[in-house]
Amino acid sequence: MQASDGNPFVAFERVQKSYDGETLVVKDLNLSIGKGEFLTMLGPSGSGKTTCLMMLAGFETATHGEIRLAGKPINSVPPHKRGIGMVFQNYALFPHMTVAENLAFPLQVRKMPKADIEAKVAKALGMVQMGAFGGRRPAQLSGGQQQRIALARALVFDPELVLMDEPLGALDKQLREHMQYEIKHIHESLGVTVVYVTHDQSEALTMSDRIAVFNDGVIQQLAPPADLYERPENAFVAQFIGENNKLSGKVEEITDGVAEVVLDDGERVSALAVNVEGPGSRTLLSVRPERVVINPDEARIAHTLDGHVRELIYLGDHIRCRMAVAGNDEFIVKVPNAAGQKHLAVDSHVRVGWETEDCRALDAA
Amino acid sequence: MAVTEVGTDAPGGEARKAKQPKPAPLLAADGTPLRKKLRQALMLSRMRAFALVAPLLLFILIAFVIPIFAFMVQGFYDNEYAKFMPRSTEALADWDGESEPTEEMYAAMVADLVAARDHPDRPIGRVATRVNRELSGTRSLFTSTARKAARMEAPFKDAMIKADKDWADIETWQAVKVASTAWTPAYYAASLDFKYTATGDIVRQSEDRRIHVTLFLRTLEIAFTVTVLTILLGYPVAWLMANLPLRTSNLLLILVLLPFWTSILVRTTAWIAMLQGQGVLNDVADWSGINSMIVWAELRFAELGDMLWPSVWQEIANRFDVNLAYDRLALASLCANDVNQVLNQGQGALDGLAQRAAADLTDCATEMLAIYNANGVEAAVAKARELKADAGFAGYGDERFSMIYNKTGTLIAMTHILLPFMVLPLYSVMKTIKPSYLRAAKSLGATNWVAFWRVYFPQSVPGIGAGALLVFILAIGYYITPALVGGQDGQMISNFIDFHMRRSLNWPLAAAMGGVLLIFVLFFYWLYDRIVGIDNMKLG
Repeated sequence: MQASDGNPFVAFERVQKSYDGETLVVKDLNLSIGKGEFLTMLGPSGSGKTTCLMMLAGFETATHGEIRLAGKPINSVPPHKRGIGMVFQNYALFPHMTVAENLAFPLQVRKMPKADIEAKVAKALGMVQMGAFGGRRPAQLSGGQQQRIALARALVFDPELVLMDEPLGALDKQLREHMQYEIKHIHESLGVTVVYVTHDQSEALTMSDRIAVFNDGVIQQLAPPADLYERPENAFVAQFIGENNKLSGKVEEITDGVAEVVLDDGERVSALAVNVEGPGSRTLLSVRPERVVINPDEARIAHTLDGHVRELIYLGDHIRCRMAVAGNDEFIVKVPNAAGQKHLAVDSHVRVGWETEDCRALDAA
Repeated sequence: MAVTEVGTDAPGGEARKAKQPKPAPLLAADGTPLRKKLRQALMLSRMRAFALVAPLLLFILIAFVIPIFAFMVQGFYDNEYAKFMPRSTEALADWDGESEPTEEMYAAMVADLVAARDHPDRPIGRVATRVNRELSGTRSLFTSTARKAARMEAPFKDAMIKADKDWADIETWQAVKVASTAWTPAYYAASLDFKYTATGDIVRQSEDRRIHVTLFLRTLEIAFTVTVLTILLGYPVAWLMANLPLRTSNLLLILVLLPFWTSILVRTTAWIAMLQGQGVLNDVADWSGINSMIVWAELRFAELGDMLWPSVWQEIANRFDVNLAYDRLALASLCANDVNQVLNQGQGALDGLAQRAAADLTDCATEMLAIYNANGVEAAVAKARELKADAGFAGYGDERFSMIYNKTGTLIAMTHILLPFMVLPLYSVMKTIKPSYLRAAKSLGATNWVAFWRVYFPQSVPGIGAGALLVFILAIGYYITPALVGGQDGQMISNFIDFHMRRSLNWPLAAAMGGVLLIFVLFFYWLYDRIVGIDNMKLG
C-alpha cells in the first residue's frame, strides 16, 4: 500500500503552481501515491490541496514540475484522456439526464456497446444500493442519494484512480459519517486508488491510509492517521489535527532526544525534542488535552505545574476543564468521568502534569 | 385524527370519522370554520397587496387591454357607409347580391346621395373612399353622381344610369353592398389576400392583388432569420460573459447593454453610414480589394456549380435569387455595368461612354474607350470580354455591395438591435450552469465538443428558448428599422400597417393586419409552450 517502492502509481515531482505569476499556491510539491492507496489531502481552505487535485485531474496545468500516472508523465494529457474518475463537491450530476443516463455517459463516450453499458450501469447502481433509481432525475434525489450516484458515475468506467473533492461537504453530519464508511468499503472492495480532498480532519482520520496535511502550499506532514495525531511533526499539524494545548518556551538543553524547556513564566518542563534547533532556540510545546493528568503521582512525573481552574463543561463521558497553566489561559484538560474521579471546582488550584513522551517540543511558528 | 379534536365538538369525532371518509370541517376556537377564519385573517393583507398593484392594473387595462381589444374589433367594424347612407344600406341588406338591382335600391341611393351632399359634414368623400376600397374607380362615380342627384327624377334607375353607366353594372352594387355592411369580415379577409363578396362568400383575391400573404411570409422569414442570427452571434458572447472573471464580464455586459442606452434611431442611422454604397464598409472593402476577391470567388463558385451540377445549380440560383448568375458579373458594379453594356450593345454603348466626362468614367470604361479609339469596335468588345473574364480578380475597384435599403440591410440592423435581447436571457441561464458540469463531463472521458454538446448545450436551451421567443416576437412587429433601411424588399408587415394608418387611412385594414400579427405571436407563444414549455423559460 505504501509508496515506498521506486515505482509509485501517482507521483508529483517538484510541482509548483501559480495563478498570477507572483505568488505560489503550491510550492515544490513532492508526493508519491501507491497503487490501491487511500490518500487524503487535508488542509484549511487556500492551502493548495484542491489545486493539487485539479492538476492531477488535468483542469489546472502545473507551472513547474512533473506529474506522473502509472509511470507516464501526464502534464500535457487532456483531462478526458487521463481516465481518472472524479467526484465533485456538488456532485455535478447532469440535471437534464436521468440517473441511468448520467451513469451511461462515460461509457457512451467510450463507444461501448449498448448491452454492455446497461449491464455496467445496473451493476454500478447496485454497488451503491440505488438500483431502483435509474429512471429518476438528480433533482428528485436527496443529497445522500445524489452523492451515491456521483460516486457510482465516477467508478462505472473502471478507472484505476478516483479523485474526490470534498464529496461529503454538503451532507448533514449523520449521513456524512455513514457515507464515510461506505466510501471506505467501496475502496476496499474495488481496490482503486483514491485521492481524497477534505478540510474535515475527522473525515480524514476515519478514511485514509495516509494523510497529507497541507498548509500554505506545502505538505506539512505525510503520515498515517495515528502518527499524525500522536506524533505531529510541527506546530501547524499539532494544532490542526485534534485539540492541542500550546505552551511556549525556550530550549535549555537536549539530552537523548529529550529537551529541557524553560517556559515563559519560568517553570521548567521536559519534552520530546521533535522539531527544535538546539539549546537557546524558541519552541512551542504541544500536549493533547486527554494526556494531561490532574494531581499526578509526583514520583512518576518529573515536572508538574500549577493549574487555575477557570471553567468546567460537563459533557457526559468526560468533563472539559479550561484552566490557566503557565500563562496560557486556554489550557484544556479532559477529565474522564470515571468512578472515583475527584471533582474539580471553578477557581480552585490543582497540579497538572504529563509523561515526557506526551509533550512534544515543536517549531515556534 | 388528533386534528379533528381541535374543534369544539370534539366528542364523537372519532366515531363519525370512521364512518365518513370525508372529515368534518375544522373549526377555529370561536366555532367558525377554520377555512373562513383563515380567509378573514388574510383579508387585510390581501386587500393591501391588491391596492398596491391596482394602479398598474388599471393602467394596463386602460392603456393596453382596452385599446388592443378595441383595435381588434375595429378590424371587423366599419360603419363609414352605413352611418351616412342609411336608406341604401337598408335597401341593400335585403338584396341577394346577384339579381338585377331594383328601383328601390336606386331610389334609396339617390335619396342618400342628396342627403349626404346636404349634410354639414360633407361625408360624400368618405363614403366614396369606403366603396372605392371594395372596387377601385368608384370614388369619382360617387362624387360625380352626388352632384347630379338633386336634379334626378323618378324612375331613378334610368336617371342614374344616364348620369353614369357604371350604375348599371352589378359589380358596382356588389361593392356598395359589401361596403354597407358595418360588421364585416372583409378586412380580416383582405389582410390575408381574401375577398368578401356581396353574396357573403370569401374567395381568394385575384392574383395581381395578393400582397399580404407574401408580406406576412417575408415578415416571418426576416424574424426567423434575425432570431437564428442572434442565437449564432449571441451564444458565444453570453458564454464568455458567464465564464470570464467578473471584471471582464462586467465590461462585456456594459458593451452588450451600450446599444440599449443609444436611441434606436441613432443606431439605425449609424448602420446607414456603415453600409451604404459609399459607406465605411464598402470603402474599406473596396480599398483593401476584398470586394473584388468576393466577387471573384463568387464567380468561380458559380462556374464550378455550373460545371458540376448545372441543373441543381440553376435551381439553387433561382430559388434563392443568388446574385451569382454569370452574366450579372458583380453586385451593383458600375464597372461591370459598363462592360456588360459594351458586350450587349457594342458600338452604341461605346459611343455613349465617349459622351461622358473623363472624370465620370469607370476604370473599365476608360480602358475600353482607349482601345475603341485606337483599334475600333471589335478590339474594344474583345477587351470587354477579357475584362469580364478577369472581373473582380483584376480589382477594378467599382464593385460595391448593396447592403442597405434592401432585405440585407434590414437583417443586419435588426440583428444588431435585437442582439441584447438574446444575450441577456442566455447569459442569465448560462450563469447558473456551473463549470463543474463541464469538468465532470471531461473527467468522464468526453472531449471538449462532446462535453459542450451533450452537457452544456442542453442546459442552456431554456435561455435559447427565452431569447428566441423574445427576439422573434419583437422582430415580427418591427417597424422603425425596416422603415429606415428596408428599401423595397426589406419592408415588413408593420410598415404596411403604418401605411394604412397614416397614409391610406384604412384603419380597419390596419387593425385587421395588426390582429393577424397578434394571432401569429400568440400562435408562436403556444407552439413554444408545447415544444419547450413556458415554465422552462428563464428571462433572468
